[in-house]
Amino acid sequence: MPETLLFAMEAAINGLAAGVMYALVALGFVLIFKASGIFNFSQGVMALFAALTLVGLQTGQIPFSHLINAIFGTRMHHFGFTLPTFVAIAGTVLVMIAFAWLVERLIFRHLVNQEPIILFMATIGLAYFLEGLGDIMWGAEVKRLDVGLPQGMSGPIDDLTFAWFGYGFFVDSLEIWAAAIAGLLVITLVIFSQYTKQGRALRAVADDHQAALSVGISLRFIWVLVWSLAGIVALVAGIMWGAKSGVQFSLSLIALKALPVLILGGFTSIPGAIIGGLIIGVGEKLFDFLLGPIVGSATENWFAYMLALVFLLFRPQGLFGEKIIERV
Amino acid sequence: MIYREAGDFKTSYAADNQTFPIRGDRVAYYLVIAFAFLVVPFFINDYWANSIVLPFLIYAIAALGLNILIGYCGQLSLGSGAFMAVGAYATFKLTVAFPGMSIVFVILLAGLVTAAVGVLFGLPSLRIKGFYLAVATLAAQFFLIWLFTQQPWFYNNSPTGMISMPTREFLGYPVTGARASAVSMYLFCLMFAVALAWLARNLTRGTMGRKWMAIRDMDIAAEIIGVNPMLAKLSAFAVSSFFIGVAGALLFGVYLGAVEAGEAFGIDKSFLILFMVIIGGLGSILGSFLGAAFLIVGPVLLKLLLVNQLGWPSDLAAHLEIMIVGALILVVLILEPHGMTALWRTIKEKLRLWPFPH
Repeated sequence: MPETLLFAMEAAINGLAAGVMYALVALGFVLIFKASGIFNFSQGVMALFAALTLVGLQTGQIPFSHLINAIFGTRMHHFGFTLPTFVAIAGTVLVMIAFAWLVERLIFRHLVNQEPIILFMATIGLAYFLEGLGDIMWGAEVKRLDVGLPQGMSGPIDDLTFAWFGYGFFVDSLEIWAAAIAGLLVITLVIFSQYTKQGRALRAVADDHQAALSVGISLRFIWVLVWSLAGIVALVAGIMWGAKSGVQFSLSLIALKALPVLILGGFTSIPGAIIGGLIIGVGEKLFDFLLGPIVGSATENWFAYMLALVFLLFRPQGLFGEKIIERV
Repeated sequence: MIYREAGDFKTSYAADNQTFPIRGDRVAYYLVIAFAFLVVPFFINDYWANSIVLPFLIYAIAALGLNILIGYCGQLSLGSGAFMAVGAYATFKLTVAFPGMSIVFVILLAGLVTAAVGVLFGLPSLRIKGFYLAVATLAAQFFLIWLFTQQPWFYNNSPTGMISMPTREFLGYPVTGARASAVSMYLFCLMFAVALAWLARNLTRGTMGRKWMAIRDMDIAAEIIGVNPMLAKLSAFAVSSFFIGVAGALLFGVYLGAVEAGEAFGIDKSFLILFMVIIGGLGSILGSFLGAAFLIVGPVLLKLLLVNQLGWPSDLAAHLEIMIVGALILVVLILEPHGMTALWRTIKEKLRLWPFPH
């Protein structure tokens, strides 16, 4: 087999792994958008915030220590103990649920019946607020996140591909784990929304707010629930990205790529989010591999957005979205 | 007592249609203009010009542009940072290629180039709207910045990847480059800000502005009453990009002098301008100025207070600033969706009745 084809295949497989990450963030968007019609721009920052909180809890950082030190002139940073990973994850989930409750209580309850564009801008404000809060709470330096997942080159894949093609592919075993966990997460979400009472209520709200309200489903509870779910998905995404490249601000920028993923997959479709993520992940790696030497490097910065732009011109509802029907 | 329409009779259509129908408003407007042109130049120094006045004027122009697009025409754009970069790079390429051309002309041409780019990236707005369009404009943001940082033609192969503005004169005074004085830079920017604000005001209250607002309020209904949505949307993109391009040209040429696209015109600039428009007031000329003033002066004051007075580390102050800006957006959207202009309007209503409110 020619060398270039092998390299392209390797790039595609790595793109697949990156696509899983995009899909994870996009999943959080879809959850919130379906249930409340809010296009949640802050999903990426939520992932960053969740990862920061997880690292902070794990290493026993004192929240707001920089602020406290600046005000009172003290010098404290750590409690002096570390928490086991499971406890820290549970703690972060609690924090994300509290965050969901606060968001519903303080912001979106007051913005009911506003135009979608106003809600969208509110989530941009929320993203800024959360970014500043995360930095002030846990410090802005790049942090290492280790939850005990294996890292480095995956041996079996290297051996297997070497046996097949005579060339070992480099695939990070962390990414294989990420894909497995993402798959598990999606299956859990599907089971939750198909077979539990709350899940059915969730789908009812997504279908028709007013009808759901009239059969006695509490919209507020559903909103808190869905923001909590999105927070948990953000936590998983944050763990994966954080373990791969450290917990830092660029996390929220990478997460912006979930927007083109959504356009590709459709705003209302969970499988769409996954497939859109994979297409974008593979597409940008292959594009950079094939055309990067000709047009210049770092095409990954814009490829996803341009693909989404072209897509929008021909199929605005995305691959799996519901057709957009306008009524006057 | 001073501020009311009673007794201020109009005897001609022209008088009835003027921009400021109330005498108090008119007088205040002329006083502000006179103050800005005749008084400020005698007191301005480098510190004031560089930390407050110049960025205020330049961002006010950008906010005006974005306000035309979002506030008047209802098309959300997250690409303003990149459109500013287009203005800046067009200025650079033009003024290096034609050193003899007047700088005013160069900046206006740069605005036109930006308008053309804006129309190009506004094309998707014919099919999509709302946050779909926001994502489409994100494509403009990332693609254009990539173009300016990766393609050497745009920065004339300079080894640092930065572009720097040569000295150019206007009416015999240098307005760009290292020799430009605070006064000449200030007057140069002020001239553009006043001219463009006048243009924006008159565009938005004319036929074009009414078409934009019809599209904003309900595009299908607007189409049915005979507004051509293509012309209205694309003209809004063109005018808005023109303003933003001029702002980018001034930011690069007059204020910064040397820029690198990724750093000076990143996505945070797009958000900054968007926030100015939201906080100032969507669909208001005055709001663009108020929003720009608030978001330029606010951080400076906060930094003075926290870093210089209380001795906090500056990164902490910066994070607090982001947090406050985000919270402000939320508060403004919840409590006063029409921004700071709505507060001003309330004050004016009260003033009309003062001192006998009943």
